[in-house]
Amino acid sequence: MKTIIHIIKKEFLQIRRDKRMLALSILAPVIQLVLLGYAATTDIRDIPMLLVNQDRSSVSREFVNQFVNSGYFVIKETVDSPNQVDEFIDNGHVWLALIIPPDFSKNIESGKVATVQLIADGSDANSANISIGYASQIIGRYSQAIILNSSVRAQMQTKPGKVVPEVRVWFNPELKSRNFMVPGVLAMVLMIITMTLTSLAIVKERENGTFEQLIVTPIKPYQLILGKLLPFVIIGAIDVALVLVVARFWFVVPFRGSVLLIFGLSGLFVLTTLGLGLFVSTISKTQQQAMMTAQFFFFMPFIFFSGFTFPIENMPQIIQYLTYIIPLRYYIVIVRGIFLKGVGVAELWTQALALLIFGVAILTLSVMRFRKRLG
Amino acid sequence: MSQIAIDVQNLTKHFGKFKAVDNINFTVEKGEIFGFLGANGAGKSTTIRMLCGILEPTEGTAKVGGYDINTQTELVKLNIGYMSQKFSLYEDLTVEENISFFGGVYGLSADRIRDRAKWVMEMAGLKGREKSLTKTLAGGWKQRLALGCAILHEPKIVFLDEPTSGVDPISRRVFWELINQLSEQGVTILVTTHYLDEAEYCNDIILINAGKIIANGSPKILKSRQITYPILEVEASDVVAAMELLRNKPWVVEVSLFGTYIHAGVRKEEEGKIEIQKLFSDSGIKLKRIERIVPSLEDVFLHLLEEDSKRTK
Repeated sequence: MKTIIHIIKKEFLQIRRDKRMLALSILAPVIQLVLLGYAATTDIRDIPMLLVNQDRSSVSREFVNQFVNSGYFVIKETVDSPNQVDEFIDNGHVWLALIIPPDFSKNIESGKVATVQLIADGSDANSANISIGYASQIIGRYSQAIILNSSVRAQMQTKPGKVVPEVRVWFNPELKSRNFMVPGVLAMVLMIITMTLTSLAIVKERENGTFEQLIVTPIKPYQLILGKLLPFVIIGAIDVALVLVVARFWFVVPFRGSVLLIFGLSGLFVLTTLGLGLFVSTISKTQQQAMMTAQFFFFMPFIFFSGFTFPIENMPQIIQYLTYIIPLRYYIVIVRGIFLKGVGVAELWTQALALLIFGVAILTLSVMRFRKRLG
Repeated sequence: MSQIAIDVQNLTKHFGKFKAVDNINFTVEKGEIFGFLGANGAGKSTTIRMLCGILEPTEGTAKVGGYDINTQTELVKLNIGYMSQKFSLYEDLTVEENISFFGGVYGLSADRIRDRAKWVMEMAGLKGREKSLTKTLAGGWKQRLALGCAILHEPKIVFLDEPTSGVDPISRRVFWELINQLSEQGVTILVTTHYLDEAEYCNDIILINAGKIIANGSPKILKSRQITYPILEVEASDVVAAMELLRNKPWVVEVSLFGTYIHAGVRKEEEGKIEIQKLFSDSGIKLKRIERIVPSLEDVFLHLLEEDSKRTK
């Protein structure tokens, strides 16, 4: 035990000396969180729009106002001919063009069907979808109002029946994508910090020749492994705390679950990342190699296939199966669940079990491989 | 109580098909300075690393301080000190922090660490630099600190793997004085080097080539026993041309270049001197000096290596 403490103490002294490493482990998570908290949001507002109003009546102006007042659209340009749409979409100045034909107001006033045309830039399919969605909603609301008005004006006895869905979104009522992203960032930060720092700290010793010096001391392999891993468990815990505070008080992301539970389950997740860090250190000769290996073979697939960026439900079936072997997947569900839904062990135990199995298996294999390398 | 500190039996290490160490045997007596000589890649470091329990032997065994390196690795580690080829302290820790870390992992008490730290600082001439980062120290100090950290726990056997490579001559001298002091205190030292002048400090040496021992004995015995013919030191105007001329002459046993001099082993001293004078004047090379010398270890080793390569061919 004393030996382990000596190693941990040494590890912290080294981390403290290495200003960049210290910044990397404490500051980087916060910066990453702030950046992603602001940037990684799929909410779309102020969509740049091109207006082609060939009608030029008070009716069409009122219709256009519906778009402007919604807050989702900003009219960047107004032109007279639909032929000019190409130009604006091509150079990316607008995402969407709204074309109001000359007979728009005439049709409405005479009770006929008036058509408008929407042209969206599909090169960013996601944004295009969302803008069309917003536009359709606005148009739908507008036509409903017309129907209502005309029926009142015609003093019809029977109102046409209609269904108005009353949508209520649970857990994230404002549908803020930030609330969804920020907990994910916590998972990513914890993964990157613990895995990278562990592998770097070990490979650095090998590079500098101090590893050999450690092997000739009476340090036992398990003491060396614990002494090397525990400091990063502590740093990981500090990072989790830091991210929780920033998420809660800076981004005001709701935190409905138990703090204790999130730390506990993070501990399970860290078994996997430390194990992978250890594994990376056994296959890397230099710190650069360790960085590259961790990034390409672990971080990238983990981030893409864990549901952090792309919803798993939208992936092809075969890829969906693949995501089950990505430990980060389970942890992301846990973190989001605790943050947004306030769920507890009862709901999360399958995820927790998966993490436990992955963690124990990966850590055991890595420790075995590491011990073999010790000779 | 046996007087043998290290007893190596049939020690062998293969890396794939490459035989780094090929069935070597030797013993080291208690308290002696034992030199382990050979070119780079001859198998010196591999042997030392097996004896320290860093590498597992492919075959054979050794007893270090009475403990078996295969089965009692932990006990071996407790009783030896090891200083590797590469400077291997933490450069980003201070002198003091390095000492207390290594003292700690060797299980020394805080009091003991304080005592030993004082001793190391004095031995290494580092007093007043306790709080300096190790990377700021010059080569000689670093090397002495590394030695200090390797023997904090006062082991009875110390392995030094090329401890003086890359260190200035004065620091080398100081370092060898420290090694002598340790030996006087009864510590057994096994040291590898490729500086042949350093081998003269050793009580006993072995020469290893391509994983095999090709000679052993004290420097004095090796010098007198191995070379039976006289060696002439020749100084000439054109050494390279002179070397070429001397090669393959029937009365020349061996010829090698030592700096700007030629060392020529000849069958007989007088015959050799006369022949060389004749040969040089015929070819227009100016002979500046010629005299018989006592062979150095370097002569001996070059001779032995040549013999060995002839044999293996």
